[in-house]
Amino acid sequence: MSWVFKTLNSTLGKKLLMALTGLFLILFLVVHLAGNLQLLLPDEGRSFNIYAETMASNPLIRVVGILNFGFIALHAIYSIILTRHNKKSRPVAYAVSKASANSTWSSRNMGILGTLILIFILIHLRGFWYEFKFGEIPYVTYDGETYKNGYAVVAAAFENIAYVIIYVVSMAVLAFHLSHGFSSAFQSLGLNHKKYTPFIQKLGIGFAIVVPALFALIPIVMFLQSN
Amino acid sequence: MNLTLKVWRQKNPSEKGGFKTYKLSGISADMSFLEMLDVLNEDLSEKGEDPVHFDHDCREGICGMCSLYINGQPHGPHQTTTCQLHMRSFKDGDIITIEPWRASAFPIVKDLVVDRSSFDRIIQSGGFVSVNTGGVPDANEIPIPKVIADESFDSATCIGCGACVAACKNASAMLFVSAKISQLALLPQGKVEKRERAEKMVAQMDAEGFGACTNTGACSAECPKEIKLSNIARMNREYFSASLSTENI
Ligand code: SF4
Ligand code: FES
Repeated sequence: MSWVFKTLNSTLGKKLLMALTGLFLILFLVVHLAGNLQLLLPDEGRSFNIYAETMASNPLIRVVGILNFGFIALHAIYSIILTRHNKKSRPVAYAVSKASANSTWSSRNMGILGTLILIFILIHLRGFWYEFKFGEIPYVTYDGETYKNGYAVVAAAFENIAYVIIYVVSMAVLAFHLSHGFSSAFQSLGLNHKKYTPFIQKLGIGFAIVVPALFALIPIVMFLQSN
Repeated sequence: MNLTLKVWRQKNPSEKGGFKTYKLSGISADMSFLEMLDVLNEDLSEKGEDPVHFDHDCREGICGMCSLYINGQPHGPHQTTTCQLHMRSFKDGDIITIEPWRASAFPIVKDLVVDRSSFDRIIQSGGFVSVNTGGVPDANEIPIPKVIADESFDSATCIGCGACVAACKNASAMLFVSAKISQLALLPQGKVEKRERAEKMVAQMDAEGFGACTNTGACSAECPKEIKLSNIARMNREYFSASLSTENI
């Protein structure tokens, strides 16, 4: 098996891991968004609460959830390893650098963007994931069945304008991260062809705009509703 | 025109080095950038000072020897080699900062001269086709479709200048290495050894201490031969499929 480690330890292999974990997280975003959008349904959180309960009790989803944490960690750890490697490759910086002439801002600042997203994820997990799982949470009854009222926790959180701002700004950061990351992952996998690369690039930009925008919409709408 | 040059001066690989400012006057817009430096060096020699060392050879954009990081871009503001850059791209009164390529795999020899033999070692590790001696093969014995020949030729136009490494924020050599891998992997003669080649050249690239690609595209945007990013994707493909299929466990 040493060939596996050798391959994954090369610069190309580390990039491969970044791409694969990144693509998984992109898929996760879609699923997560589909669930969250139910917060906006005009049913006082009924669909959302039932959905959250179904997800939490499904063993398959639980495994995927653990994998998800693992992939976030891998993505972050490998980005640190790669960044340190790359710093060593250019120990002396240029006095004058006109990088804007040859590359986009987000492509050069994936590390900073990623760090901000990681901080956001920690805030997000503490605020919701931890509260849902271990916090004191109100219950509701639908058709004789009791459910955790996660909706109430979210609605209470988004009454706070500071919280809403953190969410909206973080989604903007995510948008920039995705605007490079989405298509970059395919390139790292070795997928670049004139037949499909223009499509992937457009899809990546579309994804980077639509998905974070819809995520950001939730706290904004819920804040407006609370007033 | 009159110019102010800020030039990186460094006596030897171990000395610290720093910028020195020089004033130049009477530079013609028709001069090439290297001719402008020749004028500077003539001035310096007359004054008994050590001239600025910089690499150059063909001065017609084919050898890849000229380097220089000019005002924050490799080979200056245009996508050419420095020898093909002309002073008409600058204005009277401009301040021009000239730095050497910066990469741990390209150590500075003196002033603006860097040692790019790491590229040579990458080529030596697999950038060739092994041919046994024998009779001369018939010219058209091996059919090669024109599109493939063209694509291979596009990759083969890489002159090994190192601007891709210089431009990359990670000092990654992937555009260079992928151009060399592609050029041979596309042709029937090169296909025979393509898997070992990919493994060996990537291993050597890593051993030389070049950075890892983050797909910013800066390399291709600055490459004087417009080597495409699709080469890097091909290298990734070749490398991953090689590692799944060669006999090296
Ligand atoms: S890929 Fe382009 S920039 Fe890099 S060495 Fe070859 S010609 Fe120079
Ligand atoms: S001196 Fe040969 S390419 Fe510039």
